[in-house]
Amino acid sequence: MINFSNVSKRYPNSYDALKNITFTVETGEMVFITGHSGAGKSTLLKLIAAIERPTSGSIIVNGQNIGTLKGTAISILRRNLGLVFQDQKILFDRSVFDNVLLPLQISGFDLKAAAGRVRAALDKVGLLDKEKARPITLSGGEQQRLCIARAVVNRPSILIADEPTGNLDTDYARDIMDMFRSFHQVGVTVLIATHDAELLGGAQQRILTLDHGKLAA
Amino acid sequence: MSAWLSHHSYALALALKRLVRTPFSSLLSIAVIGIALSLPAGGYMLLGNLQTFSGHISGAPQLSLFLALDAGQDEAAQIGSRLKQHPQVASFQFIPKDSALQQLKQGSSLADVVDSLAQNPLPDAFVINAKNTTPEALESLRAEMQKWPKAEYVQLDSTWARRLDALLSLGQLAVLMLAALLSFALVTVTFNTIRLQILTRRDEIEVSKLIGATNGFIRRPFLYFGAIQGMAGGVAAWLIIALGIYLINGALADLALLYAFDFRLHHLSSEDSMSLLLFSTWLGWLGAWLSVASHLWQIEPR
Repeated sequence: MINFSNVSKRYPNSYDALKNITFTVETGEMVFITGHSGAGKSTLLKLIAAIERPTSGSIIVNGQNIGTLKGTAISILRRNLGLVFQDQKILFDRSVFDNVLLPLQISGFDLKAAAGRVRAALDKVGLLDKEKARPITLSGGEQQRLCIARAVVNRPSILIADEPTGNLDTDYARDIMDMFRSFHQVGVTVLIATHDAELLGGAQQRILTLDHGKLAA
Repeated sequence: MSAWLSHHSYALALALKRLVRTPFSSLLSIAVIGIALSLPAGGYMLLGNLQTFSGHISGAPQLSLFLALDAGQDEAAQIGSRLKQHPQVASFQFIPKDSALQQLKQGSSLADVVDSLAQNPLPDAFVINAKNTTPEALESLRAEMQKWPKAEYVQLDSTWARRLDALLSLGQLAVLMLAALLSFALVTVTFNTIRLQILTRRDEIEVSKLIGATNGFIRRPFLYFGAIQGMAGGVAAWLIIALGIYLINGALADLALLYAFDFRLHHLSSEDSMSLLLFSTWLGWLGAWLSVASHLWQIEPR
């Protein structure tokens, strides 16, 4: 499903963010990516969504070579991924409902079918009663759940989250992690980057550890 | 198909929403576009009115052939038979010098002056209607008749109408140049409006692209916005011209009473009005397209 082979990424005039990374994530797997800050976790996730391009090596997602995709093909790829961004990227000029609606509008759903899906997604993350609220009035944990609702509303087969528990206290963070586990249980492939080792304590899942751009064994 | 429809209705709704959300600046932009467009379109309307006016009064152009003063009846008859046989002549009328003098006496206040003349100063004349009334055909006919014996002078009565036509085509050129310059100004107005919108919607555009929006999806609402604004500007221009015509016709009615002639301005024909709307819509779309094309790459997610 996701296959990296000998992938390196060097930013212009900078260091190597990733060096010679090779791994495979099978369909339905849940994988944590950990490492110190600056280890290359975000870069690795951005490569999967074609937000960054690899300097060398090849990345295959759902049978497509991401490095060679262009224009509309990249857009179609991203619609099949659920992305939770490190900096959230919530739009504060519209309601919670409209934030979650955006991916469906992009995919071209008509409003009636879309409204049902938006409510289903908000229900899953427990924000159904806040659909008319402005995102600015939500707590940090609620804002993070809004981001997850937006990521899953398209029913993607792959869910990618970058530091989803970044600035939440432990209880909230556990909540969020349970949410991701429930998506994993219904067959979604889940990749989560986190530096929060505590959350991994009881986890049975596979863990990829990055150290200065290299995959630690 | 349904995705295509919902994409476009979404873009249209979004464009309208943005237009309505900033009513003051939208109205200002539409007014600017309307005023700028009303100048060349109004000029075009005036020219059209003048053209029909000049067409009415000149009617079918005629040629007047004046004989030399010393020409006798035989020579007049000779010219009459030449005219009869000429393939280019549709009809003609002979006006002998005596009846011309009578006409002058009756038709003017010069009766006393005419009576005091020792002899008739007027020549015999023919008034000729040509078959082919294009300026070139008339001119060659005039040159040919001028060479006939005892033909003193042949006058093309439509000369002044042709001068007016020449002036009108000069006016048309001026209107065209004005239209070109102001169209360029309109494109820049829309260009800047859309540029501001893109910059204030940076976040939205960036997030949309990150979650799978195509460039077309991002571009569409802006293009619709430009086109709608352009069309509204075209409507404004049409209304401004209508108001101008209403005011001028009021003043013309007084003038028409005083000078006993009937002349009223007419608005652009429905074809011309439609062209005006389509053109202004296209200008708005073009401005938006140029703006989106030159600014969107600046907010590509990196």
